[in-house]
Amino acid sequence: MAHSMAAKAEYNYDIIKKFAAMAMVWGVLGMFVGFYAASELAFPILNFDNQYITFGRLRPVHTTLVIFGFGGSALFATSYYIVQRTCQARLHGTGLANFTFWGWQISVAAGVITYMLGYTQAREYAEFEWPIDLLITVTWVIYLYVFVMTLRQRSQPHIYVANWFFIAFILATAILHVFNNLAVPVDMFGMKSYSLFSGVQDAMTQWWYGHNAVGFFLTAAFLGMMYYFVPKQAGRPVYSYRLSVIHFWALVFLYMWVGGHHLHWTALPDWTSTLAATFSIILLMPSWGGMINGIMTMSGAWDKLRTDPVMRFLIVSLSFYGMSTFEGPMMALKSVNALSHYTDWTIGHVHSGALGWVAMVSFGSFYHMVPKLYNTKMYSEKLIFTHFWLATIGIVLYITAMWTSGIGQGLILRAFDSYGNLAYTFVESVSYLHGPYITRAIGGFLFVTGAAIMAYNLYMTAKQGKREAAEAAAAAA
Amino acid sequence: MKHDKIEKNLGLLMLFTMVVISIGGLVEIVPLFHINDTIEKVEGVRPYTPLELRGRDIYQREGCYLCHSQMIRPFRDEALRYGHYSLAAESKYDHPFQWGSKRTGPDLARVGEKYSNEWQVQHLIAPRSVVPESIMPNYPWLMKNDLAFSDIADRLRALKKVGVPYSESKAEYEANVKEFGQDVAEMLDIQKAQENLIKQAQSGNYDGDANRITEMEAMVAYLQMLGTLVDFSQYDEGHFVQFR
Repeated sequence: MAHSMAAKAEYNYDIIKKFAAMAMVWGVLGMFVGFYAASELAFPILNFDNQYITFGRLRPVHTTLVIFGFGGSALFATSYYIVQRTCQARLHGTGLANFTFWGWQISVAAGVITYMLGYTQAREYAEFEWPIDLLITVTWVIYLYVFVMTLRQRSQPHIYVANWFFIAFILATAILHVFNNLAVPVDMFGMKSYSLFSGVQDAMTQWWYGHNAVGFFLTAAFLGMMYYFVPKQAGRPVYSYRLSVIHFWALVFLYMWVGGHHLHWTALPDWTSTLAATFSIILLMPSWGGMINGIMTMSGAWDKLRTDPVMRFLIVSLSFYGMSTFEGPMMALKSVNALSHYTDWTIGHVHSGALGWVAMVSFGSFYHMVPKLYNTKMYSEKLIFTHFWLATIGIVLYITAMWTSGIGQGLILRAFDSYGNLAYTFVESVSYLHGPYITRAIGGFLFVTGAAIMAYNLYMTAKQGKREAAEAAAAAA
Repeated sequence: MKHDKIEKNLGLLMLFTMVVISIGGLVEIVPLFHINDTIEKVEGVRPYTPLELRGRDIYQREGCYLCHSQMIRPFRDEALRYGHYSLAAESKYDHPFQWGSKRTGPDLARVGEKYSNEWQVQHLIAPRSVVPESIMPNYPWLMKNDLAFSDIADRLRALKKVGVPYSESKAEYEANVKEFGQDVAEMLDIQKAQENLIKQAQSGNYDGDANRITEMEAMVAYLQMLGTLVDFSQYDEGHFVQFR
């Protein structure tokens, strides 16, 4: 796509810069909170008998900051970038786009403050109490409107594949958010509410939401990101158009069925969890379809992996995507789940997806996008390499520690002695977790250090871009 | 139809996407509200008393569900460690459900009456003083904070709106007497919510301090009733298998 300078000047880059900056702020903060919460599990003294920072209150702070603060802001930034570039049209409604920025940032900030104060719906990844849920809903509807109106101004008849994924992500997230957060407030001027559904129906609704927060928020949308930045960075077209069509429809259809695998062997009826397991296995195919389409886009440009650190982030992210979408269906098998469920194996699985796939593809995309926003080059290529290795080693430590603690705890808890009695007490399994928990915290520390280096590098890049623009303006005058 | 058409028509793309993403949820969730066997018929399950409910609110506030499940699975090791596997009926009044997803600590679905009140209080204030290997945070403020319960009737009313049978009218009260018996029906009367809360706190004295009603009082009252409602000795072994 060739862009004249005039067309470039018309794009709304300001909104993208704001979202990108906040993604880095929430990202570094959220990963640090994750590191701290992980350390609390290794050394409980770190709870300091302070009610605002106990593990139980910090955990939703961590998940909200990284998923919605970092991931959400990164998605707003990249989707606004991609929709403008692929449609060659300016983002619709500058004021409305700014509303999505403030609505989103206020929701994230209000969420984490209220969790620390003890206000929570006690639904994982949907802990926001009802007033914040309402603000999120309004923000989301405006996001959909801005996105759709921009797509309608596209310069060519075809809607680019990345935008299909963003559309599916915005629509699905709207449905999930509304139905999972149905609740009745105790009073109109208080934060507390009780969920509309109870027990088994509530559990199924929550995990229908919970797994599709993964499926749409953390997968479909980031595939949209991948479908733009991988071909751009590789300088090659998407490997297979047909594959992208098939895996898009299969992915968005299948994901909605699999939430029940979080409830294997519970009081959820067997038919529901069996359906969920079945669809989870089938889901492997479209997931790998996306991975293959991304990785094969590199064919003919593999040499770039040696020299281009951005390409490394993108390819490693796709590799982790492939690995965790293989691990997921395996864990959705009832027999495997009997061991893995309730253990750290789940936590490790989530992080191989969240750190390995979601964060790495965002890092790669930002390294490509931010210099373009400021019309300059990255401040330091060396720091990108440093970040890459810190992040990769951090993830590997994290995941292996969680395999060790998860599988180990699962085996300990189901062990019997030769008389048929339980071989271990519960707390013996807790003692066993200590070593892996320290290793996990170290892995997390490396990862957040890398993210902080990236934030510095991007900040210096923006500064450099502004200085160059000022110099160019001065020279022209 | 060629995919080309969908790619060029935003309305069509959005419509198809909506249809495709709606099917899974409709097929898996809606029937759960309509298939009668989803929730077993079982004696003893009742809504929470006002004091237990406040305890449950605090349990959520502190994020206990992030390390403790309340859902025992039908395995031999879990039966030995925790007791009979959990029934859907046992969480039918739980708004929201608290089944959990992670056991950094043990399952709590049947923790009620397993330990004394004194043990629970001591364990919540300083877990490592009774279980040296524990990694649970200390919760000393539960004992320091007086329990807020001026809005307890509002809380019951909100739960009534989502279907929990707390009673406001005479007719609702009578229906509860029939369903749960006189003693429980008394406890579910919204008019008497505050009075009932105070009465249960005073007679139970869960926190060991007879002069105050603390957050600890509510928390321990809640923990001590978990899993105690269904008397499994009344049912044949294997009775509940038909509902799975």
